Amino acid sequence: MSRKTALYQTHLDLGGKMVDFAGFSLPVQYSGIMEEHRAVRTAAGLFDVSHMGEFMFRGKDAESALNALLTNDIRGMRDGQVRYSLLPNERGGAVDDVLVYREREDRFWLVVNGANVAKDAEWIKSRLRGADFFDWSDDMSQIALQGPAAESILRTLTDERNIPEAYYTYVPHADVKGFDVCISRTGYTGEDGFELYFMNAVAEQVYNLVYEAGKPFGLLPCGLGARDTLRLEAGMPLYGHELDEDIPVNETGLGFAVKVSKENFVGKDAIAAHVPEYARVGARVKERGIVRENCDVYCGDEIVGYSTSGTHSPTMGYGICMLRLKRGFADKELFADVRGRRVALEIVPLPFYKRK
Amino acid sequence: MKQYTKTHEWVEVASDGTAYVGISKFAADELGEIVFVDLPEEGQKVAAGESFCEIESVKAVAEVNSPVSGTICKVNDALADSPELLSGGGEWICAVTLSEPVGELMDEAAYEASLN
Repeated sequence: MSRKTALYQTHLDLGGKMVDFAGFSLPVQYSGIMEEHRAVRTAAGLFDVSHMGEFMFRGKDAESALNALLTNDIRGMRDGQVRYSLLPNERGGAVDDVLVYREREDRFWLVVNGANVAKDAEWIKSRLRGADFFDWSDDMSQIALQGPAAESILRTLTDERNIPEAYYTYVPHADVKGFDVCISRTGYTGEDGFELYFMNAVAEQVYNLVYEAGKPFGLLPCGLGARDTLRLEAGMPLYGHELDEDIPVNETGLGFAVKVSKENFVGKDAIAAHVPEYARVGARVKERGIVRENCDVYCGDEIVGYSTSGTHSPTMGYGICMLRLKRGFADKELFADVRGRRVALEIVPLPFYKRK
Repeated sequence: MKQYTKTHEWVEVASDGTAYVGISKFAADELGEIVFVDLPEEGQKVAAGESFCEIESVKAVAEVNSPVSGTICKVNDALADSPELLSGGGEWICAVTLSEPVGELMDEAAYEASLN
């Protein structure tokens, strides 16, 4: 039995086609993946991402306590800053990928993947030393307002100073038409945009405020389908695909978030000792068709990797995928095995799509 | 007159006895935007209830089961460049020279009723 987010009824009212995802019943689409995708690239889209988890860390040593569990270095973050990190295991794989929010010196937040909330909470509680841990996931909702019109939409709902100026910064308590909303300038689409956090009790009201304010700008409600095509075009990893417990973090192309030089942290020795054998690369499909996840990739008769995610790119109009590919094969002729059909691939730089 | 399978394909036998095969509008709607059809080949044998073709949408890949048994005598090549033609449910995928009569399938009214 999957759980419902506080916006479940809203999705039904908007004609959302519901599926089970990360233990929640969430819309995979409303009007259609392509149309929703285009709305985010050209105007705005609104996503319910309440399956995501929110953990709070409190105490004067919260920074160092948390830093010992992360691959990125969170020392020196300013209040209101956000930073991407992996949550490593002892073997140098990833328990999860997370966003770290610094509210103030003695208060940090982690936003974690919905499917991993329980696992992460256990993992963190058994290793955290020197800070208090609170799991707010069940009480909080999150929506993502994404697209070039996102800022204009938000400006109709809140004072200008409540809108974080820089990417990866946030305002913990913004007054949005009387509601207490955390506004974060972050996202998972490759567009400008915001992620908004608030308590479940006000979820429907806040969602509807943003939805109504966005309509004149061309905003569409968007489901998980468009979320996946958008993040894939933007070359962003998805836990369980490009990342997992057994993929060494230094083979994921996320070096900017892995600071092996910092003081001791979980998995540091394993990460430092590991010589990468694979890389995360992007590929376009050179013929018609889609290479989805878990297709073997061949160079001649040799299997040299596999696809971790793949879709039809609505923006480019051809198939794109991410591969876990053995090093040294990116410039070779590669094929994916799609249910027995050999499909030619061409390695291209990530991201596939970059906003202008 | 179109006849339908439980797995959302249809077959329509033309006056010359050739059986045209497609997918229902319901199936197309469920798939969403169709971006690729892995078309079968002329001369390929098909058996009722067995997969002979794959359709890819952004959302999913679906196997198409043949409603009839026989040999494919014509393929709708327009689908190679315009797979979205299938969206309305009216477009055919291939034509089959039957090796045995069409089995028991649903007429349109029974099929529509089965969707509810």
